[in-house]
Amino acid sequence: MSLWLWVLVAALACLAIKLAGYLVPTEVLDNPRVSHTAAMVTCGLLAALVVSQTFASGSALVVDARLVAIAVAALALLLRAPFIVVVVLGAVSAALVRALGWG
Amino acid sequence: MSRSAPGVRSAVRQGVSVGLATGAYGISFGALSVAAGLDVWQTCVLSLLMFTGGSQFAFIGVIGAGGAGAAATATAALLGVRNSLYGLQMASLLRPRGRWKPAAAHLTIDESTAVALAQPADDLPARRAGFWATGLAVFGFWNLATLGGALLGDVLGDPARWGLDGAAAAAFLALLWPRLARRQAQAIGVVAALVAAITIPLVPAGIPVLAAAAVTAVVAWFQYREPPHVRADEQEAPA
Repeated sequence: MSLWLWVLVAALACLAIKLAGYLVPTEVLDNPRVSHTAAMVTCGLLAALVVSQTFASGSALVVDARLVAIAVAALALLLRAPFIVVVVLGAVSAALVRALGWG
Repeated sequence: MSRSAPGVRSAVRQGVSVGLATGAYGISFGALSVAAGLDVWQTCVLSLLMFTGGSQFAFIGVIGAGGAGAAATATAALLGVRNSLYGLQMASLLRPRGRWKPAAAHLTIDESTAVALAQPADDLPARRAGFWATGLAVFGFWNLATLGGALLGDVLGDPARWGLDGAAAAAFLALLWPRLARRQAQAIGVVAALVAAITIPLVPAGIPVLAAAAVTAVVAWFQYREPPHVRADEQEAPA
């Protein structure tokens, strides 16, 4: 069962990365350019995930109910809503739009 | 250094409330994971063993989109890199020895680091208490909530009908949002979004996110400007 294999490999990789912070000599990770790059890669990954979760359908870019969900989520974040509220609003708005027959 | 019992109590209270709040969105992780095609046990193993929310959402996101296991793993690992930078800070704060090191490392996540660093800098016991209380509370609630969400997701059926795909997009936006305070981060976000949008029709699912990460790393590396008080030759000195 290859999904099981990847679940375990990914989990252990993330664990090893955490442990590296405690074991790797500080000079390697403490470089400000390295920590800036790491912080920006986190931003870049999340931004790319927002795009792919909102617009990707297989290998096509599509506009559907998820666009409404992300717009509502952005509005909620502007109004400083907590994480869970943003997620629930995303689900509710996508479900509503679909119940109304679009996307 | 002051050894304040009130400081420790307040740090523990904060940790538990952060744990409760995090548990609430563990439910959404569990449900989304099952919707993405993982079974209940795989979902629980991710929360128990990977235990870093961003990477977990990314892993199931790539799998759910039909991406390869290797691409999902690479995305999760890259998103986890920030934890090693937290670990660096927490190692000097906690100074864990021997078998405590893996435990501290496992609990090193956004929330535990944030609560530890939010305690007064001169109150080391409060900072340590904040780290351990938050880490343990999030671990407990996150895993319980994951199981609950996964069981719930199992009975919900078609994820799109319940807007769970919209929830996933919203979750990534909510994770990204607080990191966009600086102009450089906003620029990086735009670049990464464009790279993803351009590559989605061209390459297999999962790869666009990795391509965006690679471009981001190169841009960020050259975007970095050392603070004016640090001389260039000091900055470039080999470690």
